[in-house]
Amino acid sequence: MKFLRMRPGYGEQLIAEGDVTIPSEHEILVEEFRRQLDGGMWAAVPTTTHTGRREAQMVQTFDQIPQDSGRVIFFPRAAGGAR
Amino acid sequence: MTVALCATAIVVLALLWEVSMPWLDRKLDERRHRRERPDGTHGYDPGRERRAEQRARELLRSCVNDEEWGMYSDLGFLRVWGGRASGPEAGQDFGGAPYAYLIYPHKPIVAYLPQTRRLLNEYCVEFPDETRPYGSARLPDSDDVLAKWMALNADETRLISAANMHLPGRQVDPRQVTRDLWRLSQWERERLVREQRRAAAPGGPGGSVPAP
Repeated sequence: MKFLRMRPGYGEQLIAEGDVTIPSEHEILVEEFRRQLDGGMWAAVPTTTHTGRREAQMVQTFDQIPQDSGRVIFFPRAAGGAR
Repeated sequence: MTVALCATAIVVLALLWEVSMPWLDRKLDERRHRRERPDGTHGYDPGRERRAEQRARELLRSCVNDEEWGMYSDLGFLRVWGGRASGPEAGQDFGGAPYAYLIYPHKPIVAYLPQTRRLLNEYCVEFPDETRPYGSARLPDSDDVLAKWMALNADETRLISAANMHLPGRQVDPRQVTRDLWRLSQWERERLVREQRRAAAPGGPGGSVPAP
């Protein structure tokens, strides 16, 4: 599983990668996931339905990440723009 | 005569020097600022921004379907269908008519009714990265579009409630949106024709296959 983070002036950046079935790597991924969310990021998992439709799922805990997803995308939390 | 010419030349040179000094100073200052910024951040680098946008486009392409990708690359915006029964805002009732959003990079999301092309609201939302890795909190254009697409797809209510809602025309010119909706309808019609031709072509998905 790959953790990607959107960054200004960079595009997406690989911030962590690991196999969730290996306990040590699982632990690292969980830590990084928490760190990103604590830092104000939102996390989304791009998904494909059984009909082939592309969707996304927001995840707030590591357990919510679908087992078969290969990547989680972190992006800054939404804020209301120009008033 | 020679002395007079020399004196004139000296005066002209002195005047030119006076005039060009501020300009030279400004250029030297700019160059110095570009090399060393006191806050340790980097200056604007168009090459870096282009590479960032290229990466962002690849990421967007890997997340959306072919139709959406074609729409974005051809028209410069994405359409996302709304999923709430009552419309984007609580208290509105469109009698079950479908509504949709237009997502532009770094512009408000525009909600509208596709059947009548009536514009409903603008939702101004940003995704500021306060770590400002290169001095700016602004994501590349395609990342901004992808962030809006994912957030709308996954949790429309959350995104809409985080946004500042305005009537149409506050930031996005309604004439531009009307033009874009017309372009979108033309684009969809052409795409449909292309797909029908492809399906009808020999060897195509729906076409006849010549006998061996």
